[in-house]
Amino acid sequence: MARVTELDVNGTRLRIDADPDRTLLSVLRDDLDLTGTKYGCGEGQCSACTVLIDGMPTKSCLTKVSTVAGKRVVTIEGLAPAGTLHPVQEAFLEADAMQCGWCTPGMILGAVGLLRHTPHPSEADIVSSLNGHICRCGTYSRVVEAVQMAAKKGGRA
Amino acid sequence: MKRRDFFAVMGGGVVVMLVDDDLYAQETGGGRGGSRQAPRDLSAWLHIGETGIVTVYSGKVEVGQNARTSLTQAVAEELRAPVASIRMVMADTDLTPYDNGTVGSQTTPQMWPVIRRAAAAARETLVDLASQKWMVERASIQVADGRVTAGDRSAGFGELTNGQKLTRTIPASVALAPAAEWKVAGTSVPKVNGREIVTGAHKYTYDTKLPEMLYGKVLHPASFGATLVSLDSASAEAMPGVKVVRDGDFVGVTAPDPFTAEKAVAALQAEWKPVVAEASSKDVYSYFKKNSRDPTADDGGLTAYTVAYIAHVPLEPRSALAQWKDDALTVWTGSQRPFGVRSELAQHFSVPEERVRVIVPDTGSGYGGKHNGEAAYEAARLAKATGRPVKRNWTREEEMTWAYFRPGGLIEVGGKLNPDGTLAEWEFHNYNSGPSALQTPYDVPRKKEQMHQTKTPLRQGSYRGLAGTANHFVRESYMDELAYSAGIDPLEFRLKNTRNERLRAVIQAAAGRFGWKDRKKTAGHGFGISGGFEKGSYVANCAEVSVVDGTVKVVRVVEAFECGAVVNPEHLKNQVEGAVAMGIGGAIFEQIDFADNKIVTNRLARYRVPRFADMPVIESVLLDRKDIPSAGAGETPIMGLAPAIGNAIFDATGQRLRTLPMAPGKLATGTAPVPAAGE
Repeated sequence: MARVTELDVNGTRLRIDADPDRTLLSVLRDDLDLTGTKYGCGEGQCSACTVLIDGMPTKSCLTKVSTVAGKRVVTIEGLAPAGTLHPVQEAFLEADAMQCGWCTPGMILGAVGLLRHTPHPSEADIVSSLNGHICRCGTYSRVVEAVQMAAKKGGRA
Repeated sequence: MKRRDFFAVMGGGVVVMLVDDDLYAQETGGGRGGSRQAPRDLSAWLHIGETGIVTVYSGKVEVGQNARTSLTQAVAEELRAPVASIRMVMADTDLTPYDNGTVGSQTTPQMWPVIRRAAAAARETLVDLASQKWMVERASIQVADGRVTAGDRSAGFGELTNGQKLTRTIPASVALAPAAEWKVAGTSVPKVNGREIVTGAHKYTYDTKLPEMLYGKVLHPASFGATLVSLDSASAEAMPGVKVVRDGDFVGVTAPDPFTAEKAVAALQAEWKPVVAEASSKDVYSYFKKNSRDPTADDGGLTAYTVAYIAHVPLEPRSALAQWKDDALTVWTGSQRPFGVRSELAQHFSVPEERVRVIVPDTGSGYGGKHNGEAAYEAARLAKATGRPVKRNWTREEEMTWAYFRPGGLIEVGGKLNPDGTLAEWEFHNYNSGPSALQTPYDVPRKKEQMHQTKTPLRQGSYRGLAGTANHFVRESYMDELAYSAGIDPLEFRLKNTRNERLRAVIQAAAGRFGWKDRKKTAGHGFGISGGFEKGSYVANCAEVSVVDGTVKVVRVVEAFECGAVVNPEHLKNQVEGAVAMGIGGAIFEQIDFADNKIVTNRLARYRVPRFADMPVIESVLLDRKDIPSAGAGETPIMGLAPAIGNAIFDATGQRLRTLPMAPGKLATGTAPVPAAGE
């Protein structure tokens, strides 16, 4: 398969030169230095690597870069491009919904994806939608609270 | 850094250094002032620059417990400077004073007062400067909100330090203001670098890069202890840019990109000679006893509990970036012991410690699992062999196999009661879990408590709460057994058996919030309680569980916690909640399975950790004792959870689960609930 030469990331078309079999996670982190997207397990179990692809939360560690050519990729770095935090980012700070922070970018993008199609999620909606995300520090209840706060403020992406 | 270098690095201003009292006496009396070299004599130092920015240096690491924020609060409190004007430089062996590691919940009891003292001394230095400059009495000078004021004169810190190159050495014992008068300490200052976290801007070690950097991978043995018989590296070496490094049993590769490095290490054809496994996760508990020099008799009438090996699973796996320049090594790595890793590296490469610099960016958690420099060593070795900077990021599978584990353990316990329900005798034997919190906090006239050294088939080490969790699980479960056998309510039984006021206070606080005395039994639901103390802090848990078809769900947990004067209530609450969340894994389902010198549960698909859906309602009750020095809170909050859950399972089902984890598969279904004790 041909090498992948262009990627639409955070609203900008970027030139790359990547083997099509490489993961989107690696291209973002290693080629484009967008290291806000985290590796956690490499097998889709922890969702630390979550990015938005055409608005849908997607595990970038299981996504081959060849499958996203022509699609819109949004990473955590693209959520507050002008420096003004997204309501979900604000809510995570307000709820202190983090400790070490490694899972936080993936959690935030997962939450943004949820609020996009479910602007007023119930607690059960949040739990089932984010259950693939691991926070080893155990801030789960605060993440739920943060998503509820963002929903109240109208956190749609 | 040498003291004479301070101003070269930081520009002018004022530096305040805190030294041990003995050394202070030597310096002020012996004329050696100014010549001693950091780091081992210094416990902290602080710089107030000419712009008013305060930079504080500490060897502690930020691993998620918000030490960066709590130490900033210490400075803000004593120096009376705005939080935003304070920068913490942490965990850089060239810049920060020596520190033995961010371990054992010691940052708050040890480092926090040290930083406060340095800041208090800096404040007094500013008062001296103002007094001299304005020719006014010290007593007429106030310091507040980053300004020094006397009558109608006022100056920012930077105005006073401008043009100065003043160092002041002070004794570590300088006095501090009492907690009851705190204004910034003791309040919920938000995480100081929270914005960098939510924007993805913070660079963890895993994210660091250098120009010309190579990516390294290491070929691990096929099983623990296996030795390399033969290696065919021809196809790996044929890949563009790949270098294979072999030195005895160490085999690694470097490549210009991580994808090629992965392909290269996979292309290595290695033959390993295995060694016979001494134990598996199935028979390890008898192995512990068999390999102890002083085992108890098997028919000694004691009750046996077991604790499985578990993994830390820090979400950022081990990682390091190493660079050699002129026989000096610089390594960025996520370790809880930067100075310990520096020693390891100096030994490995036979260079003096002064030529090794270890820098620890704020790290993606540790939980006691990142004490050593495994990745640092590998990166440094590959960097030395290639003459280029090398990045070595561990995979999850490597982290779950080649790191170390929380020890498994066998614990035997026994006890007898007097007719009035007070403890008459207590016996407790721990094989391999560790001695922390081995001793009962309950009043008992005759007791024997012993730690038995033995062998471990797996590499083991520290873990959040470590043996405190194992020992509390067994002690508090067995206390429950005794309470039920005597027909005494478990809460009443605990209070009957301890006069320790701090322990009684947390137990009563947890029971009060939980509504213990008014609890109503329903089918399939049960209630449990536990209490204990360790590392200067006290904890009590009440738990409600439901058991449906043998599956346990923790419904609600109340945790009361007391660690002296609270430094940051919101962050403490977050620690307590997080400990409960993490503790559910070790209590109910986390377990390392191993056999044939291999880890079976070596991936997250095979090793279940707590998730959103596992969460109970968690309520924390913080007891703020302003009259008691602040203790750490990273560990003790996890220790009492498992027994509270186990006791609740017993309450619901009548089955006593004496294993960690108390896996759901171990519960027989259809058991009729037993009446709660005392009914």
